[in-house]
Amino acid sequence: MMPIPPTWCVYLGTGLFTIGVIGVLTRRNVIIILMSIELILNAVNINLVAFSRYFGEVDGQIFAIFVITDAAAEAAVGLGLLIALFRNKETVNADEIDLLKW
Amino acid sequence: MVPVFYIFAALTIIAALSVILQRTPVYSALSLIVVLCSLAVLYVSLGAKFLAVIQVIVYAGAIMVLFVLVIMLLNAGRERHTEGSRLARWLGVPLLAAFLVEILSVIWNGLSSGAVAPPAPDAGPAAVGALLFRHYVLPFEVTSILILVAILGAVVLAKKQL
Repeated sequence: MMPIPPTWCVYLGTGLFTIGVIGVLTRRNVIIILMSIELILNAVNINLVAFSRYFGEVDGQIFAIFVITDAAAEAAVGLGLLIALFRNKETVNADEIDLLKW
Repeated sequence: MVPVFYIFAALTIIAALSVILQRTPVYSALSLIVVLCSLAVLYVSLGAKFLAVIQVIVYAGAIMVLFVLVIMLLNAGRERHTEGSRLARWLGVPLLAAFLVEILSVIWNGLSSGAVAPPAPDAGPAAVGALLFRHYVLPFEVTSILILVAILGAVVLAKKQL
């Protein structure tokens, strides 16, 4: 069985990371910005799993589990923030949330 | 295994593009579920069986349910197009393209794809659990405090009056 070349895993991680950064920078909807952050965290995970495979150790997967835990905590707090924000300002549009900006 | 990897890697990239290009948040959430499930398939093809199961249960199950529930609560429809700054379009996109090219060239120069991979580690629940609860038991306990703080934070933020 031919192994998957590690370069392609890293390319995939780079692609996912860049797509996530574009989403964070260009979208206005805060929910979609949070989803783009999930994409970035998954780009980290694919790298951890790929290098865990190519160094022959399980340690990388442990770190991937920690990253998934962080993602769960971040989603819970982020969406809680979003609900509190929506209750006060009636918007999920990042352009209209400028209380501290001007 | 290699064709499976390429097919699902392409599916991951396409669905990730769909996440950031859709105008309706529900479609973005469904595309994100496709990304997470195809990443789980990639984890299986890389030998990380337990992590693939965790990815489907925790990510595609629990976290996405949270997202879809919040989309339902906020009744977020199509995104209104607002006047952003022109700077983002004319400076941001070329800079990001340069960033991508630079990362890819670093990978291209730094990693040789001809390296001989060692045999895949046994990454079933037993091996992962033994490592997690022996060598990484302190980070594991610290993570439980993180989760506790996150739960408290979510309750404090989302509750109307304490």
